[in-house]
Amino acid sequence: MAISSKRITINLLLIAAVASIPIIEKFVPLGLHISDPMTDVFVYAILGLGLNILTGFTGLLNLGVAAFAAIGAYVFAISTCEIYPFQLGFWSALGLTMAAGALAGFALGAPTLRVRGDYLAIVTLGFGEIVKDVLVNMDSITKGTQGINPLPPPTLFGHELGGSGQYWLFMAIALLVAVGARSLERSRIGRGWISIREDELASRAMGIRPDHAKMLAFATCASLAALAGALTASRLSSSGEPGNYDFQISILALCIVIVGGIGSVRGVLLGALVMVGMNSIVLVKLTELMGGSDSAPPAALAEAHGLQWAFLFVKTWAQNVLISPTNWKFLVFGLALVLMMIFRPEGILPARGSKEDAPDGDEGAGGVAGGVTGGGVSSVATKELRP
Amino acid sequence: MQQTVAAAEFLAACALSRVDAVGGFARDGLLSSQEVFTQQLVTGLSNGMIIALIAIGYTMVYGIIELINFAHGDLCMLGAYFALTVVGALGVDQWAGTGGIMGLVLVLVGTAAFCGSLNWSINRLAYRPLRKASKLSLLVSAIGASFILVNLGLFWGGLPMDVFADGTSSAAPKAFPALVSAAPAAQIGDVIYSRTDLLVLCVTLPLMVALTYLVRFTKLGKAMRAVAQNPTGASLMGIDVERVIGASFFIGGSLGGFATVVYSLYNQTVSFQMGYRMGMDAFIAAVLGGIGNLPGAVLGGILIGVIRSMSDGYLEARWTNTVVFGILILILVFRPSGLLGAKLREKV
Repeated sequence: MAISSKRITINLLLIAAVASIPIIEKFVPLGLHISDPMTDVFVYAILGLGLNILTGFTGLLNLGVAAFAAIGAYVFAISTCEIYPFQLGFWSALGLTMAAGALAGFALGAPTLRVRGDYLAIVTLGFGEIVKDVLVNMDSITKGTQGINPLPPPTLFGHELGGSGQYWLFMAIALLVAVGARSLERSRIGRGWISIREDELASRAMGIRPDHAKMLAFATCASLAALAGALTASRLSSSGEPGNYDFQISILALCIVIVGGIGSVRGVLLGALVMVGMNSIVLVKLTELMGGSDSAPPAALAEAHGLQWAFLFVKTWAQNVLISPTNWKFLVFGLALVLMMIFRPEGILPARGSKEDAPDGDEGAGGVAGGVTGGGVSSVATKELRP
Repeated sequence: MQQTVAAAEFLAACALSRVDAVGGFARDGLLSSQEVFTQQLVTGLSNGMIIALIAIGYTMVYGIIELINFAHGDLCMLGAYFALTVVGALGVDQWAGTGGIMGLVLVLVGTAAFCGSLNWSINRLAYRPLRKASKLSLLVSAIGASFILVNLGLFWGGLPMDVFADGTSSAAPKAFPALVSAAPAAQIGDVIYSRTDLLVLCVTLPLMVALTYLVRFTKLGKAMRAVAQNPTGASLMGIDVERVIGASFFIGGSLGGFATVVYSLYNQTVSFQMGYRMGMDAFIAAVLGGIGNLPGAVLGGILIGVIRSMSDGYLEARWTNTVVFGILILILVFRPSGLLGAKLREKV
């Protein structure tokens, strides 16, 4: 599986195109302002790549990845903000954050090694809720719902970075993480993860220690999620309130992984672009285009009759909610998950080799996608064989 | 050096603030009287019965197709919106005497039918195409369905009706009219049993009895138990497995519909985000009792209701969710079969 020079050229061109967005925006005033939301895309790409290691490679579904991002944001905030005694620099705080994230990953991973499949998903969900509540309730340390601010902006060689600088820095970090994830996937560790996803028992027989490998996957996922949280906190100069790291964010990250292509690094990058682009570019821009509309006065509705009443009723309803595209956000996420699961479980850009490696061709969610399943595939098979 | 000392002081302060909080809990606990305890118990039991009814919906579906039906709580949320719409269309003023009771029964049955049909349709559209896929694909699909229902709730809240406050802020919580007054029905000592507490009992208990009868003694119930045990075997015996699964979804959904009306009457406020909380409580109850086990779901529901209420009263309300989710994690890690569930061997 050597990388062809053609592929390298395409990748370099894509990177150059994405990197040139802030420059183009500066000189060609189209009034689109997409470099700001694009910075979000990079952060979510890091989050998605982290989740992909746990859910895509290792086959453990995590519904609480936002909690790790929250831990990252708060560790970063506490170690840098001027109201706390630590006041580390940007990069050392980032290092500390990733270490803390890994530790949190171990803390969740260790007791949950014996929990499988959908139960594990629910444990991670519960963990996410607990972290959020604890952050709100320990307000003497975390400032509760106010969040911690101000935080120092990202720096590079002692220079504080502004909008475009942050754009390029975050893009570089996301690329670094993507390349790292790709090499991890091909390494001994990554192949171990994938073998656990495909068949834990067989991989144990081949000398892989599933417990160690799973713990490592948890720690890596948590560490990258914490990095994403810290980067956002630094960019917004605030940890944000704990409510920002809720279940929705975990699901957005899951959508990114599933829509792009579960287990596929390129897929996750595309997924981040599609889902975050939908969430914070397309829906927001559409809402701006529609402009604010006034609700029809209810009095008109009270006096109308028959068809006119029905028309007014629907019109008022549309003006109340339907007309604002941001109100369709959950529907977009939900449909993305359901339709992908039914029609294209392997994602837009499937992981390579997913078709050939599929343990059972007729399993519906074949290959790597069936791999979200890990034990699921084999358990279905045995269930039918059971006398 | 100075920085190190400051850092150490900060960490010490963190540790102390924890101790302080715990001390506070204990103090409040000691000051409380027996009446407060009983009152919290009554509230907890009422909420617990409602949670139990929703938990039955989770446990039935899990027992049959091993799916955590993530959309169940949001289904109940839509049920509450449906009930609110019906109440608004019928007019809120005429709820007294026999007419009031008739109206209440109408709302209950209508909402149950609505939730049952909706749950049946969700199964048909989002789960049935994935019958051969893995458990986790099914779970992801259920999460997707849950998000779709939440969005429908957001749309629904924007209807220009009086009961939805003309729909001008669709995301805001809506007040559910107090059709059954919370006036005391009985008072023993200082403990008040309100009319809503009575309503909860009058609705939930007969339904649980009816469900037990259905599952134990009818042909459909026998088919459901057979499919839960072994779908392939059941279909070889001539049972239409898909029909039985659909029926389970309908029954589970309609129980959720009854529960959500009672919940709305009891708590008197509904919002498009309430499904997540309701669903989580009920799911935790189902797991606590032993998922797939009907009496377990009822026991778990009552326990979760009481634990929530005690935690509200004796700890602080803001820690209640942490307590409940902590219980969930502890059970899943240390006794995944729950209190009443049979020990399951891991299939390899």
